[in-house]
Amino acid sequence: MATVYIPAALRELTEGVECVKVEASTVRQVIAALEARWPALQGRLRQQDELAAGLAVSIDGAISSRGLLARVGPESEVHFIPAIGGG
Amino acid sequence: MTASAKPAASSSAPQYKVLGTRPIRHDGTDKVTGRAIYAADLHLPGMAYGRVIRSPHAHARIRSIDFSAALALPGVLAVTSAADMPDLKNKFADLGEGRVNLAHLGANCLAQGKVLYRGHAVAAVAAVSPHVAEEAAKLVRIEYEPLPAVTWVLDAMKPNAPLLHDDVFTESMGQLSDKPSNVSRHIHFEQGDVQRGFAQADVVIEREYRTASVHQGYIEPHACTALWNQDGHVTIWTATQGSFSCRQQVAELLELPVSRVTVVPCEIGGGFGGKIPIYLEPVAVLLSRKCGRPVKLTMTRSDVFEGTGPTPGSFVRVKLGATRDGKLVAGEAWLAYDAGAFPGGMIGPGCMCVFSCYEIPHARVDGYDVCLNKPKTAAYRAPGATQAAFACESVIDELAERLNIDPIEFRLKNAAKEGTRRVDGPVYPRIGLVEVLEAARASEHWNTPLAGPWRGRGVAAGYWFNIGLKSSASASVNADGTVTLVEGSTDIGGTRTSVAMQLAETLGIAAEDVRPQVADTDSVGYTDVTGGSRVTFATGLAAYQVGLDIRRQMAERAALLWECDPALVRFEDGVFRTDGRSITFKELAAKLHATGGPVVGRAAVDPEGPTHGFGAHIVDVEVDPDTGKVTILRYTAVQDAGKAVHPSYVEGQMQGGTVQGIGWALNEEYWFDDRGQMRNASFLDYRMPTALDVPMIETIIVEVPNPDHPYGVRGVGETPIVPPPAALANAIYRATGVRLRELPMSPPRVWAALAAAGKSS
Repeated sequence: MATVYIPAALRELTEGVECVKVEASTVRQVIAALEARWPALQGRLRQQDELAAGLAVSIDGAISSRGLLARVGPESEVHFIPAIGGG
Repeated sequence: MTASAKPAASSSAPQYKVLGTRPIRHDGTDKVTGRAIYAADLHLPGMAYGRVIRSPHAHARIRSIDFSAALALPGVLAVTSAADMPDLKNKFADLGEGRVNLAHLGANCLAQGKVLYRGHAVAAVAAVSPHVAEEAAKLVRIEYEPLPAVTWVLDAMKPNAPLLHDDVFTESMGQLSDKPSNVSRHIHFEQGDVQRGFAQADVVIEREYRTASVHQGYIEPHACTALWNQDGHVTIWTATQGSFSCRQQVAELLELPVSRVTVVPCEIGGGFGGKIPIYLEPVAVLLSRKCGRPVKLTMTRSDVFEGTGPTPGSFVRVKLGATRDGKLVAGEAWLAYDAGAFPGGMIGPGCMCVFSCYEIPHARVDGYDVCLNKPKTAAYRAPGATQAAFACESVIDELAERLNIDPIEFRLKNAAKEGTRRVDGPVYPRIGLVEVLEAARASEHWNTPLAGPWRGRGVAAGYWFNIGLKSSASASVNADGTVTLVEGSTDIGGTRTSVAMQLAETLGIAAEDVRPQVADTDSVGYTDVTGGSRVTFATGLAAYQVGLDIRRQMAERAALLWECDPALVRFEDGVFRTDGRSITFKELAAKLHATGGPVVGRAAVDPEGPTHGFGAHIVDVEVDPDTGKVTILRYTAVQDAGKAVHPSYVEGQMQGGTVQGIGWALNEEYWFDDRGQMRNASFLDYRMPTALDVPMIETIIVEVPNPDHPYGVRGVGETPIVPPPAALANAIYRATGVRLRELPMSPPRVWAALAAAGKSS
């Protein structure tokens, strides 16, 4: 199962839980699993079936541009982080 | 200009024939002879000339705009304002580097209802000549209702601060505040138990730092020409870091299908992140639609300073705790960055970078994106990282001194490495910070004593992510054995050549035998912006894959000639071989027409980043106690390039970034009066470093290959701007005994600090 880290700003909605094991093969499934366990997370990580504005997803240290469609492996580590660009 | 540039080679390093050499850049002749076509050079038949009218106020409501007198002037062809823009409220678009609020993007190009900074574009005119346009602009009557302005980030966060937007709320991981606010975003990271971490510390240091807004300072002001053709197709010739991003921004703002907009990227006289947003392009398109002619718009230097994105001014507080044996145990950072007039500044990467060089088990970071009455900020080389590093690397230096540990040794004791978990969560893969610090420690500079009064040596480390994103390329093989490469990455730093070299290496031919072309948006596949130090990495990866595609097709042709299975054809060093027979790439290229026709390779890639660029800088300074002037005696920049494809370009990026960081550290600042008016909007008064201000920047390239690129490329352009302010502040301290915690460390500020410490004459 993938290990998903809860963003620090959302941990008050997850009873202080910092990371959870989730059965999922895509980021969309990861978020759905989180929302099912903690309904208060709805609308916080995704909006209108897209990652929330300004958010990116890091899977095993790599930032995917595929958003909710990004693949997640059984041993993956998933983080939600601010989107970055560059100059 | 490079004194030391020998890559630290390892015995197991791959042997390349093209990578690591220094061929003459493909676009060099046109650039040094003045034949390269920049956006302002373009002249089209029947062209009209536009002029933008900008706000004289830092904050005001627009009561009315009266064009009647301007339209009555002979030679005036069209006028425009935000009234001609579609209503884009609550519409967002994904522009590759993130989602953008289109209403804000449009209102930054032409003010909607209010002006939010001096220099904010309000209206525009087009006329038969630049002079008529200038006269017409003076005749446009705009009535304003001035409003209170705020230009310092902490003032803008106060509850009673002038509010810029009534539709901006503080967003924190998807949650919005109850009331409108200038604070548009709060970011929070936390790992470990910060309280417990600080309890374990023997030494704790907490300091506050301030930085001024500074501009990217590209030498070429913004310019573009737009033509709304009779068939409804729009063509834009412009200076941009991203032709596809420009196309999408214009299309989204004007509600046009992207296929109706063609962007032709001209040569670009610097960008550094500042030519990713659009400013003039939609305005020129609107004027062209109205007058039926191509319309050229150009900015003056004052327009550039007052109307385009600087990097954020900032306030940063950093607290670090370490044990007496020199191990960091806890960290805390609080950052507030200008967003400028509209939300969406650089606070995200600032928060992610503040502790990025170190392994800190217990850490917390809070960051705030703050709207205020300055131009909307734009990316500037490692956006957000330099301000954060100034704070963190200064505290690191103080900790090292307090613990009586050599500053490089202290950094090595705590350096991030493979497996280190960042404060924002992800774990580093193989990275090169330790190797960079070891190279700095072993450098001739570090091991040469510095003697003399008022002299000191400083050191600082720095980090930037380097991103991936999308790139496309194609290449066709010519009968003479050369290859024409078509790519979509606008070339702001020599990337034509660094990308062409990767194709040449893959095909076993000389770099000079690849002719790279940067194409318009109708002539190449989608390619993201030239930014994030991504082009040599990502477009280089596309070129590599193009090379593999060509090799595969060429092997089939060789097999046809030899009447054998293509799988039996091997490719080594530019030669196809099988069973004792061989043919060079060039020889085979001459036989393509007789073996099936042209060979065209293509690739589209979307590699994941970041590729992680680390650097460390060493600087020697001498401070004049009578004037506060800081003279740089010697400067060495060390950086992990992954693989230095063209070492001269890597050195050039390291030197250029360093010099920009020196300007940021010692002189540059937007100087605002009490009405929020920038008072130094020219290169006469905005002091950028010149060749007379800096010594030769020595460079040491470290090569720790990126495992996620076939040639190990990491990207290099942004990291070198990160360490200079902290390195210089640390050097000034060693020279004077006084810590400077505000940028710029200009002569008046240094003198005042020395005077306050009783050290100036």
